[in-house]
Amino acid sequence: MNPLVRAVATEQLRSDLPTFRPGDTLRVHVKVREGSRERIQMFEGVVIKRRGSAISETFTVRKVSNGVGVERAFPLHSPKLEKIEVLRRGKVRRAKLYYLRNLRGKAARIKERLR
Amino acid sequence: MKGILGRKLGMTQVFLEDGNVVPVTVVEAGPCVVLQVKTVASDGYNSVQLGFADKKRATKAESGHAAKANTVAKRYVRELRFTDGCEIGQEVKADLFADGEYVDVIGVSKGKGTAGPIKRHNQSTGPMAHGSKYHRGTGSLGSIDANRVFKGQTMAGRMGHERVTVQNLQVVKVDTERNLLLIKGAVPGPRNSFVTVRSAVKKNS
Repeated sequence: MNPLVRAVATEQLRSDLPTFRPGDTLRVHVKVREGSRERIQMFEGVVIKRRGSAISETFTVRKVSNGVGVERAFPLHSPKLEKIEVLRRGKVRRAKLYYLRNLRGKAARIKERLR
Repeated sequence: MKGILGRKLGMTQVFLEDGNVVPVTVVEAGPCVVLQVKTVASDGYNSVQLGFADKKRATKAESGHAAKANTVAKRYVRELRFTDGCEIGQEVKADLFADGEYVDVIGVSKGKGTAGPIKRHNQSTGPMAHGSKYHRGTGSLGSIDANRVFKGQTMAGRMGHERVTVQNLQVVKVDTERNLLLIKGAVPGPRNSFVTVRSAVKKNS
């Protein structure tokens, strides 16, 4: 990559983000704009994937809401993210947890990763 | 009308204030030098000749022409049809454009070599299976009654490496410090190729 192109991208990277991996449970604080008012909305769930690098990196959070699976993908460095909280660290053996889509209830639990 | 010469550096993405992501092409725009100003009186039409990027081995003619503008010979020299406020030897930089402006970008597209009619002219393919013996061929070349093939019949051949203009691209951001234009979307040509950026013919004014 051209150093100037990299510089343009690097300037926008956020440094205030916690480290987290697939399997972790997050609470994502998202800024939502309603007309002229802005408020914070939470999205809480398990990280099932992280993809891309640097400015184009995104992560996907999955939760089960009223019995319906909901997945939401966020650009990691988006200014729309007010804050990311790591609630729980999970122990998983792969990078993409697509298998969680086929599991529900007790089977969809993830063991906690203890340091 | 106004314009500048530059070099396509590559693509990345940018977050806008509202949090939306926009894909951008980073163009190193200038500094260019005005090599010559043509007027109706001197040449029969108005234009300005810009030069960008120094040439390593220039001919005497090129060096002499550049010397009139007090500079060295340039690799990429193009004429643009505007003259307002341009003097010979003047420097043109990226701050010519402002955020949100619309531009046309002219470049030489990536060469694709010999390409079939499907890639080159967007013809449709035949079925690949079910006993079909017609896959990616040209198809009919026209009436048999003419006893010849008409000019302009779309066939396989060299594709790409031609002058391409992309119109109405938005300048997302101008970086005056590093002379960069961040232009929304893709721009013709490979990385490090020269491009001409001019204000959009069909949008502004």
